[in-house]
Amino acid sequence: MPETLALDSKEIEKKFGYSFAVRKVTLRVRRGEFVVLFGSNGAGKTTFLKMAAGLMRPTRGSLSIEGFDIGKQADEARRRIGFLSHNTFVYKDLSPLENLKFFCRLYGVPDSEGRLIDLLDRVGLRGRASEPVRAFSRGLQQRVGIARALLHDPSVILLDEPYTGLDAKAAQTLNGMLDEALAAGKTIVLTTHDLDQGLRAATRALILDRGNVVYDGSAKDTAVREAYLRYIQQGNTK
Amino acid sequence: MRSRILGIASLAGIAVALYFALVYAPTEQTMGVLQRVFYFHLPQAILSYVAAFLVGFGSLMYLITRDLKWDRFAAVSGEMGVVFTAAQLLTAIMWAKPIWGVWYAFDARGTLQVVLLLIFIAYFMLRAYLPDREKRAKLCGVFGLLGMIDVPFNYLSIYFLRTQHPQPVVSPGGGGVDPDMAKTLVVSLVAITFLYAYVFVKRLTIARVEEEVEYLTQVVLAHE
Amino acid sequence: MKPVAAIVFKDIAIEYKNKEAFSSMLLFGLLVVVVFSFAFEGSDRKALAPGMLWVAYSFAGILGLNRSLNMEVDNDCLQGLLLSPVSRGDLYLGKVAGNLIFTVLAELVILPFFIILNNLAFDRILLWIAGITLLGTLGFVAIGTTLSLISAQTRMREVLLPVLQIPMTFPVILSAVQATSLVMSEDSEGVSFPLSLLGVFSTVYITASYFVFEYIVEE
Repeated sequence: MPETLALDSKEIEKKFGYSFAVRKVTLRVRRGEFVVLFGSNGAGKTTFLKMAAGLMRPTRGSLSIEGFDIGKQADEARRRIGFLSHNTFVYKDLSPLENLKFFCRLYGVPDSEGRLIDLLDRVGLRGRASEPVRAFSRGLQQRVGIARALLHDPSVILLDEPYTGLDAKAAQTLNGMLDEALAAGKTIVLTTHDLDQGLRAATRALILDRGNVVYDGSAKDTAVREAYLRYIQQGNTK
Repeated sequence: MRSRILGIASLAGIAVALYFALVYAPTEQTMGVLQRVFYFHLPQAILSYVAAFLVGFGSLMYLITRDLKWDRFAAVSGEMGVVFTAAQLLTAIMWAKPIWGVWYAFDARGTLQVVLLLIFIAYFMLRAYLPDREKRAKLCGVFGLLGMIDVPFNYLSIYFLRTQHPQPVVSPGGGGVDPDMAKTLVVSLVAITFLYAYVFVKRLTIARVEEEVEYLTQVVLAHE
Repeated sequence: MKPVAAIVFKDIAIEYKNKEAFSSMLLFGLLVVVVFSFAFEGSDRKALAPGMLWVAYSFAGILGLNRSLNMEVDNDCLQGLLLSPVSRGDLYLGKVAGNLIFTVLAELVILPFFIILNNLAFDRILLWIAGITLLGTLGFVAIGTTLSLISAQTRMREVLLPVLQIPMTFPVILSAVQATSLVMSEDSEGVSFPLSLLGVFSTVYITASYFVFEYIVEE
């Protein structure tokens, strides 16, 4: 009986007009893996992640999360996904608590205040749980975003350049939560520009170049750095 | 080949229709020679509704199949719609002013044509402000479908308004009374339909070529 | 709590805090009513009144639709909604319900001012007018929510909304004005036609938008 893959993309493709953002990417991510996805701007990292999260429709190919097809069984798939990008997706006029309550209702998970306060405590926002998010700094807003992404206990966590604009403290909090999630058996896929930040806790590293996967190996392997230099530092010469 | 046949047919058809409308058909008693405009006016109106239907149909087909050729179909039908609706409005003004003294007859059909023109124009503004091909097809597909469903609603609401406040009947009826007039109308309708089909097919071909040129431009630019 | 209800309550909560949509709709609607009332002083007020009212409602309504949309565009919150397991159609219903509540609220506040400024009577007819307001606004908001999301993705953004909205809601405005006019002249026998038209319009467009909404929001 083949195991259920956390993320299973089969020849996934995305075309914008006449150009390909993502070309025939076949990727199998097993449960519990921490995959870091590197690539220069325009390589297709964000596009791929958005398709995995169900935000973008692939022009070809199929993708499933924990066995649920992102197109045909969208609601089941999305229930299991936590997505974080540099946009926080929280409502500025509401407090963190109100925001989280709302998202709990959308995901159909219990919205008891006790549970949410605990969650806010983990991101260090317990003291400001009832202030409108508008008053927060970017780092604090991002922490609310982290709480939002994880409140429904997703088994697959997708992060699109989450360290952008984060202060050191917030980055540390994020890393802490990712480590906890990994230890709890969750699957993580992270895209970033930062080589060291990316390789910190990852188990597997991928490099995307012009929509294709050009490197796929263990994150602990030194070949990653060489490949990174080759594909990304020289991104301007075609 | 097909478009050549249509071209010849429409050329011949229009020539025949002109003869029928200007020479063959008897002169109407009250409205005089100007009434002959009606033989072109009514087919234009009919075809503007056909174009509206085709925009809706093309939009629906795109949403179902996601094949961009249907988006092209809907866009070209939309162009035909603007042209024929505008032409219908012009011919309406042509006889309305001299005969009835008003610029335009805002009866049920007349008002509907104005609203239809506005919907077509809205459709084109939407197309114009969406540079991305797929996004344009999707959003215009939705608007095209919803917009054309609106046409019968518009007709019903305008019709009700007009029956509550009856306006003097200014649309030239009388088309079906005299058998010669009826014949002329049919000839004209057939000719203008051929013209519509010819222009439609040619425009669709040009649209396809335009897309290929755009594709090649992108390929060239990508290689620089 | 069902997701659709959650969206409506969220919209209410935000609106309660910043009152942006409601206040701008109210102010703008009142402005239009006042200007029209003074412009048409002396003319046959009663005949023109329904048209004036619905012009004010339309302009205020478009403002409200834009504000409701901006709420989701800010911080890209719409993406947050799209990430959740809620179906796109349910998202649409939630926004329509929210828009309906605020627009009708603003309209019901504008109405008494309208009556006063035009020396009309405060009687039983008011209930009828309120009912027509509700039904007409439903149709307006049903198509308007869809169109606001379409126009938001164009280069012109929300400026395009009136271009799309006004021809499309012609049947709604016409029917609502006719119904109001009939009710005001105590001629209630013809009212059933425009009211049923409004009802059918709303049903058709809510159903159609429910199914095509995913095409509008997907990338």
